[in-house]
Amino acid sequence: MSVQAGAPTTLRHKSANAAARRRIDQAMRVVLAACLLVAVIPLALIVLVTLQQGLSTLSLEFLTTTQPLSYRAFGGGFLHGLVGTALMVGIAVLISVPMGIAASVFLVEYRANRLARPVRFFTDVMTGVPSIFVGLFVYAALVREAGIGFGTLVGGVALSILMLPIVVRSAEEILKLVPADLRSASTALGARRWQTTLFVVLPAAAPGLLTGVMLAVARGAGETAPLILTAFGTSYLVTDLFGRAQTALPLLIFEQARQPFEAAQGRAWAGALELVALVLLLTIAARLIATRGGYQR
Amino acid sequence: MSDQSRLRPARRVASAILGAVLVGCGTASSGGVSAELTAAGASFPAPVYLEWIGAFRERQPAVTINYRSIGSSGGRIQFIALQVDFGATDSPMSNQEIADATAERGCAPLHIPTVFGGVAVAHNIRAVDQLVLDGETIAQIALGNITSASDPAIAALNPGVTLPDQQLTWVHRSDGSGTTSIFTTYLASVSEEWDEQIGSGSEVAWPTGIGGDQNDGVAAIIGQQPGGIGYVSYEYAAEVGLAVAAVVNADGMPVLPSSESISQAVAEIEVPDDFRFRILDVGGTGYPIAGATWVLAWTCGYPAAKARALRDWLRFGLQQGDEIARELHFAPLPAELESRVLDEIDRINADG
Amino acid sequence: MLTADQSARPPIGGRGRGRFADVAFRWLVTAAGAAVLLILALMIGTTTVEAWPVFVKEGLGFLTSTDWRPGPSRTEITGSYGGAAFLWGTAVSSLIAIIIAVPLAIGIALFLTQLAPGWLRRPASYAVDLLAMIPSVVIGLWALLFFVPVVIYPVMELLAGTIGQVIPLFAGPPTVRSLFAAGIVLALMIMPIITALLREIFDTVPADERYAAFAVGATRWEVMRHVILPRSRPGIIGASMLGLGRALGETIAVLMVVGGSPSIVIELFRPAQTIAGQIASGFAEASPEGISGLIALGVALFGLTILINVAARAIVWRLGETRGDAAL
Repeated sequence: MSVQAGAPTTLRHKSANAAARRRIDQAMRVVLAACLLVAVIPLALIVLVTLQQGLSTLSLEFLTTTQPLSYRAFGGGFLHGLVGTALMVGIAVLISVPMGIAASVFLVEYRANRLARPVRFFTDVMTGVPSIFVGLFVYAALVREAGIGFGTLVGGVALSILMLPIVVRSAEEILKLVPADLRSASTALGARRWQTTLFVVLPAAAPGLLTGVMLAVARGAGETAPLILTAFGTSYLVTDLFGRAQTALPLLIFEQARQPFEAAQGRAWAGALELVALVLLLTIAARLIATRGGYQR
Repeated sequence: MSDQSRLRPARRVASAILGAVLVGCGTASSGGVSAELTAAGASFPAPVYLEWIGAFRERQPAVTINYRSIGSSGGRIQFIALQVDFGATDSPMSNQEIADATAERGCAPLHIPTVFGGVAVAHNIRAVDQLVLDGETIAQIALGNITSASDPAIAALNPGVTLPDQQLTWVHRSDGSGTTSIFTTYLASVSEEWDEQIGSGSEVAWPTGIGGDQNDGVAAIIGQQPGGIGYVSYEYAAEVGLAVAAVVNADGMPVLPSSESISQAVAEIEVPDDFRFRILDVGGTGYPIAGATWVLAWTCGYPAAKARALRDWLRFGLQQGDEIARELHFAPLPAELESRVLDEIDRINADG
Repeated sequence: MLTADQSARPPIGGRGRGRFADVAFRWLVTAAGAAVLLILALMIGTTTVEAWPVFVKEGLGFLTSTDWRPGPSRTEITGSYGGAAFLWGTAVSSLIAIIIAVPLAIGIALFLTQLAPGWLRRPASYAVDLLAMIPSVVIGLWALLFFVPVVIYPVMELLAGTIGQVIPLFAGPPTVRSLFAAGIVLALMIMPIITALLREIFDTVPADERYAAFAVGATRWEVMRHVILPRSRPGIIGASMLGLGRALGETIAVLMVVGGSPSIVIELFRPAQTIAGQIASGFAEASPEGISGLIALGVALFGLTILINVAARAIVWRLGETRGDAAL
């Protein structure tokens, strides 16, 4: 009997050694399971260590006050970072979500267009752009050339560039899943293309779109590098859109972590806990909405 | 490290709320002014300035000073470009920079010395606590010509101490900083070879050694590297508890860095009228690797409230900020120099 | 069944005000799509223009020289900008990451798609994906204050004491900041992405071929080794390259553990510096011409990442349209 196409001939040699093969198989199962452990253990360690170190400093005070003006003083918090993150991510959402969903509509509803293929390809490429490079671009174009200076607005713009490709690609996937029947029914009722898209397809896709936005927000909230070059960082609570440098939660963690003072490191851990909690909450909520809305991964 | 600051948070919250209310109303509780100042510059004295700002805020809550630690050269650039109210630098402005500045603003800039800081030589040499080094030897280590802890040059400075035969690894800063500037200025003044080959500056081309990012990077590497030796801002070395070397000054005395020995270093310095100077040829009981740091301000062009706030803050720092400076391992200005500087502060905005 | 008045319903695709709205809508969404291309083009254009004087002055030395000494000028390029040391650090740390992460990711993906019992598959995949969402700065903090001193440094000491005596690559004495630590941290960060991609790729291997192999008596492992892996080779390469692209651009976590030493080192246990790390750490104190130098570094990094990304996407797309994971 000849071996089936696709199965290599070495099996014939090995058939003489059935016991050895079984042992190898069992050994490899253990190895592969161990691989999973190697991935899960660091995750557990990160969460546990951050929890352990951060809980001792995390408090109501931490969440509601700004940092003390001296690194070595205990107490204070990262309120200004939370506010900065909220403002800049908010701006980023305002910019990237409408544009991103519009672009995804273009990719799905008008996929025959000549531009569709390059747009899709380069959006994918954009997800791989180093975040620091985006920061450099926004610095060179807006902070320096346009003379806007460091601040909330330019930080938000940098984040929006990072979030845009994520919104576009996830929205595209979601829109593709909307049943064609829905579109046809809408057209049959006399709706125009734009009416169908706006009033039928998008609402149907809403949970999935929300998921994509939340994941993009989670990504944006965790970014540090581009903000170093655009928001710059400050010790004060800032709500101005421009004219004053702004800070963010990840920026504060970054600054305080590198100080030798115990007080500063304690704040860094608490900030990390706050950030991780925020990001994980967003991620888990996004997944829940996705599964509730019927979009199984 | 002082735990008394545990009491501060509550007061900070209270004064922050108070400050917010008062800034909104535009009045101040202690007869001070309401103003917002922006500043940028050296990171070397930043810990002191930040605490001075915080302490000053408690007296005059209506004054907000936003200090951005971007480095001396950035500070000078922003000051000359009129983008900040005052600058901070570890190196005085050059004549060219002063000329540019005067042209920009229409009046002269002022150099206001605020505190003095030291640069310590920290090390991790096995079983050695007390180490004495002199400028030439340090330069040779940094040049890569001395590579062993038991080198004759080091042994000559440390009679009676058994030095291990351990390989030395020089550790330096990989980012630009005032600490590097002070350290390399010292080396250039005591070692001709260093002056010719490397020179001084906030960032130089180190011929050997490992680079660390910021003070904590350097200290971490020294701490973990057997035979590691390098320079860190003294206030950092003291906080972290690194072993530091006593450095032989111009009078042949080996001196350990401390707030006192840095003050001593400055005691003999002839400070010119424009307050631009370097701390070199330190003798007596002074620690030789010390540097001054300045606030840059203008003699004209400020709105009255800002000028008043700036003068008040500087006076506060110089007169009431001594304790804070010492706690952070810096040295406040000696009395005679302080009174001269206070007169100089009066010149801020004197020409309107 | 609708029985509305015929005359009240606008003809589909016919004339009327609605048609204008359709055209406007089409233009709007097309513009949005084009905007993405425009932003990318702007990014490349602006940064290259800013960095151009540095490239002109340094020429090829930008990539081959290690002399990095930015000048203080506000108007012209006076310093030297040799970025070879940073290129080296970036390349080596990313290489270490790939060498560790790819086999690991293959193992995990194989386990999750072939061996994991149904109840485990979803939560385990979830957990691995969650690792990808942890912000870079948190991983950096955790690595700096916990993982490196507690786990990596003892391992480095062990290796330096044993094979380090023989192989210069692992020669000691190790330092708390090192290329090796950076490589491990990077591996941790790119592994979830590669795993997610590989899961999809392994799932698309035709069931027929697997069953055929089972039919001739292959064990589970043999099916994986002789059917799934060979079939997935382009996908594995593509996924690895995407992971590599991500590793090259990673800034913060690497900066916190790599040590910031701007020189080319052979010993993995010594500090080094990456391109992204140098940009982030050099930015605050840089003079205007220094910033141009950093932008030049950024352009070089971008060029490298784009090359790898485009090649990877092209390879992965060869398998047909991927179900793009937007979280990448």
